[in-house]
Amino acid sequence: MSAAMVDVRGVHKSFGALHVLRGIDLRVRAGEVTVVLGPSGSGKSTLLRSINHLERVDRGYVSVDGQLMGYRRAGNRLHELKERQILKQRTQIGFVFQNFNLFAHLTAIENIAEAPISAQRRPRSEVYAEAETLLRRVGLLEKAQVYPRQLSGGQQQRVAIARALALRPKVVLFDEPTSALDPELVGEVLDTMRDLARGGTTMIVVTHEIGFAREVADTVVFMDAGRIVEQGPPDEVLNHPQHDRTRAFLSKVL
Amino acid sequence: MSAGPPPVRESTDEHGPSPVVADHPDFEELKVVPARYPWRWFATLAVAVLLAMAAHALVTNPAWDWKVVGEYLFYETILRAVWLTLKLTALGIVLGFVLGTVLALMRLSGVPLLTSVAWTYVWIFRSVPLILQLLFWYNLAILYRYLSFGVPFGPSFVEVATMDLIGPLTAATLGLALHQGAYASEIVRAGVLSVDQGQLEAAAALGVPRGRQIRRIVLPQAMRTIVPTAANEIVGLVKGTSVVYIMALPELFYQVQVIYNRNGRVIALLLVATIWYMIITSILSVAQFYVERHYGKGSARVLPPTPTQRLRAAVAARLAGWRR
Repeated sequence: MSAAMVDVRGVHKSFGALHVLRGIDLRVRAGEVTVVLGPSGSGKSTLLRSINHLERVDRGYVSVDGQLMGYRRAGNRLHELKERQILKQRTQIGFVFQNFNLFAHLTAIENIAEAPISAQRRPRSEVYAEAETLLRRVGLLEKAQVYPRQLSGGQQQRVAIARALALRPKVVLFDEPTSALDPELVGEVLDTMRDLARGGTTMIVVTHEIGFAREVADTVVFMDAGRIVEQGPPDEVLNHPQHDRTRAFLSKVL
Repeated sequence: MSAGPPPVRESTDEHGPSPVVADHPDFEELKVVPARYPWRWFATLAVAVLLAMAAHALVTNPAWDWKVVGEYLFYETILRAVWLTLKLTALGIVLGFVLGTVLALMRLSGVPLLTSVAWTYVWIFRSVPLILQLLFWYNLAILYRYLSFGVPFGPSFVEVATMDLIGPLTAATLGLALHQGAYASEIVRAGVLSVDQGQLEAAAALGVPRGRQIRRIVLPQAMRTIVPTAANEIVGLVKGTSVVYIMALPELFYQVQVIYNRNGRVIALLLVATIWYMIITSILSVAQFYVERHYGKGSARVLPPTPTQRLRAAVAARLAGWRR
């Protein structure tokens, strides 16, 4: 296979009669930041959810670090993995949701420590020490014992990012991480993500923040109607788009 | 009582200072007359009179037999009956909710046979009156004289006479638990459905194992919805156990009847039973408050204070007032 950290090939996905992904090919190299842009309903989120197998694809395949997601190859057959094995594969992929989805009944630090303890079976003391380091990294160490509802949206999303990182994932997927935030809170979350990118974390980010794409992305991908219309370095895609569809979209959001 | 009228500040209204304030810059020196509500006083008075009448009727009428009530309240047979009532309630609730949780998870499992079995169970046990069901269990020996355990349609390994296995107490427990299980399953199911789908999705995305997703993420959050309804069921069952009197089990209601049939003090003994049911319910209500508070963690920004905390705060405020 290729040296790509994330390798998406010929992926199709339908919800009933709705054909959401129509043959997606995407490769993301280790340490790179890929930003996915596109109008709503273009399949961006579904693509992201297919990568960590929250959605099962109808055709094509996804592999992360050379490992096929959701299937095991034996000779020329693919065996579907059981839920337990899929859950194990997912621990290599961090996922940050639009609505944070922090566990409401657990404190910030318990949210971060949950999966490393229960899914990766790492020792509690080690996990908690690392969770504190992560909270410091996102600037929220003093909020360790606080419940999500006592945090602002921006703070919740930063805890959610720390939670995703606690699994020491090979890649982190961001599904519109700032879309549910008040405008003045967007900045703090983008700052945290910028730090991650500088630290060499492999990231795929679905967002509407063109400024972030321009500044941080190694590759910008533009999707429309279930297809990748155009992809390349930010300067190319954002400043000199080749396709009318991309141009039309950018003229509306810029 | 009141802390006096709030100080009147210069209006910082978005619509600019109101003309009244502009005309009277020395507004603060005017006297504030509190609003009066004569009808509230009238209603308070009327209710107070009614309360006094009720108290008078309870205390002065000798037919209430308060002396006899006092004699029997802690009578040994009564205490033993209260104990049996508590035991039946506890068994019914614990077994009922264990069964109910299993049924709810079966119903939500998405496996067709499990789902339909759980649905059918709830349908049957909610359709049959408890009293009728109890009589069925009590008379199970008529239906099946022996109970055998083994391979269906094949050989059996153990065989016991139904009469030996299912006495009145077992029949009552079984009836209450099976009946309660049907209701509990709907309560648990409602609780699970009330948990935001995103919570499960986040757990799945983090790779948290399936069993742990249910135990650690879903059920604790479902408890917020489950506890108030479940407490209702428990309180209901405390009194619901009184129907097992038809099986001649000496629980509170049955025992009270036995005693008043002997001594004729009907009202006094009914009062004894009433008082005990009220005591048990009160204790359960207090427990409910603390259990709800426990599972309210993280759902409110600040937890409501416990009555002791509230009392302490009130006393502290009074003391501070006196010292001043």
